[in-house]
Amino acid sequence: MDNLKKTSLFPSYKKYGAKLVDYAGWAMPVEFSGLTREHEAVRTAAGLFDVSHMGEIEVKGKDAAEYLQYLLTNNIGTMNDNQIIYAFMCYENGGVVDDLLVYKYSADHYLLVVNAANMEKDYQWMLDHKGDYQVEIENLSDQVSELALQGPKAEAVLQKLTDTDLSEIPAFYLKRDVKIAGANCLVSRTGYTGEDGFEIYLSHEDAPMVWEKILETGKEDGVVPVGLGARDTLRFEAALPLYGNEISQDISPLEAGLGYFVKFDKGDFIGREALLKQKQEGPARKLVGFEMIERGIPRHGYSVLSEGKEIGFVTTGYYSPTLGKNIGFALVQKEYANLGDIIEIQIRKKTATAKIVDKRFYAKNYKK
Amino acid sequence: MITVKGLYYSKDHEWVKVDGNKALIGITDYAQHALGEIVYVELPELGTEYEAGDVFCVIESVKAAADSYTPVSGKVVEVNEELEDSPQLLNEGPFDNWIVAIEMNDPSELESLMDEEAYKIFCEKEE
Repeated sequence: MDNLKKTSLFPSYKKYGAKLVDYAGWAMPVEFSGLTREHEAVRTAAGLFDVSHMGEIEVKGKDAAEYLQYLLTNNIGTMNDNQIIYAFMCYENGGVVDDLLVYKYSADHYLLVVNAANMEKDYQWMLDHKGDYQVEIENLSDQVSELALQGPKAEAVLQKLTDTDLSEIPAFYLKRDVKIAGANCLVSRTGYTGEDGFEIYLSHEDAPMVWEKILETGKEDGVVPVGLGARDTLRFEAALPLYGNEISQDISPLEAGLGYFVKFDKGDFIGREALLKQKQEGPARKLVGFEMIERGIPRHGYSVLSEGKEIGFVTTGYYSPTLGKNIGFALVQKEYANLGDIIEIQIRKKTATAKIVDKRFYAKNYKK
Repeated sequence: MITVKGLYYSKDHEWVKVDGNKALIGITDYAQHALGEIVYVELPELGTEYEAGDVFCVIESVKAAADSYTPVSGKVVEVNEELEDSPQLLNEGPFDNWIVAIEMNDPSELESLMDEEAYKIFCEKEE
């Protein structure tokens, strides 16, 4: 772990019993008190994540909106100030460079929040496609710490630490200069768990104090620190894609069923032609959800078969802590992608049958 | 970390309890702790022949699947079927719940394994 990058929260991990892993070159906590316990805490109360490994790239200048419109698949033009949208940055062939959130401060000032594993690649891609656009692109990733407080009690807990009325921040909106326990933060109502919650951007100096304060304040409500293990099971149950699993250089947003975030009517953008062709012809592969019938846990990369013939692969699979079932997502040839179809998962030397089901395994049952 | 006297231990964190020519094999407390919450155990079929070092069982936590290696060669004569429906028994009592019983081909293989004291020292170094 010595040669890995460490977040500003690293010194706090030990106190909370973190097990560490190498994640995209970062020494990150995979779990604290136990994956299932952490997972359940987020579903029923709230959990606090250190996600400082995420990348932040700022874009400003008079052509910022036009540049992002060309770079990304979603429509930047319809965004309000302080609004956030999810978008893809695609290659010409429709494969995905990265999936990201766009934070709009104002018409000429944006922040992209990108995956840690893709940050360098994204930044380079953005510079390479700057062309004649009048924009300044700055990689702020090393300067920003990020916490995520997620769960039905997230707002109530965070509200105790700030004078800002958090109920006035709608989903997918941000507010700058929010004082959390006195520290200056950017707070957005976003997350990667399927629950209500906030992502909090702040300085490295303030992050350990805010981390402690949230855990201290939230203790009576059941707030616990949560590692990357539960982060993945939570996002998976909520059908949120992970780069490298559901989308990648080789899996387009349309194949992954994420066409909603690709707006063809906004004008030209990188990958438009290839994606439009794919849309018109219908993607040859489709991402589906499935539930195991026979014993076995499906895992990322396992082959999927139909009557012995390979038809695709598992993109993510788990024993679901919330549902208590073995479930997964698979990218399969479209002829085999019908609800109720029976498929087989190759688990080591055996195959086990599974049934294709709706891939929204979990949806929260409260508003926000 | 719990260890138990009178067992043999492997570097892969399996334990062996010898009963005549039969070896009961399980995973250690160190192993169950490292794996986290165990949610699935894929047991071998009765009668399967293994060489020492072969994967005889796959133990899965929510996070990942991990191979277990048999420390001795021989034939599987019993499997602990209780683990199919209650895999968490390996977390709750790793030394109370054996996974398989293997009829040993070559009991001298036991000599290359560690005793409790040696295993404790081995685990300290792993930390």
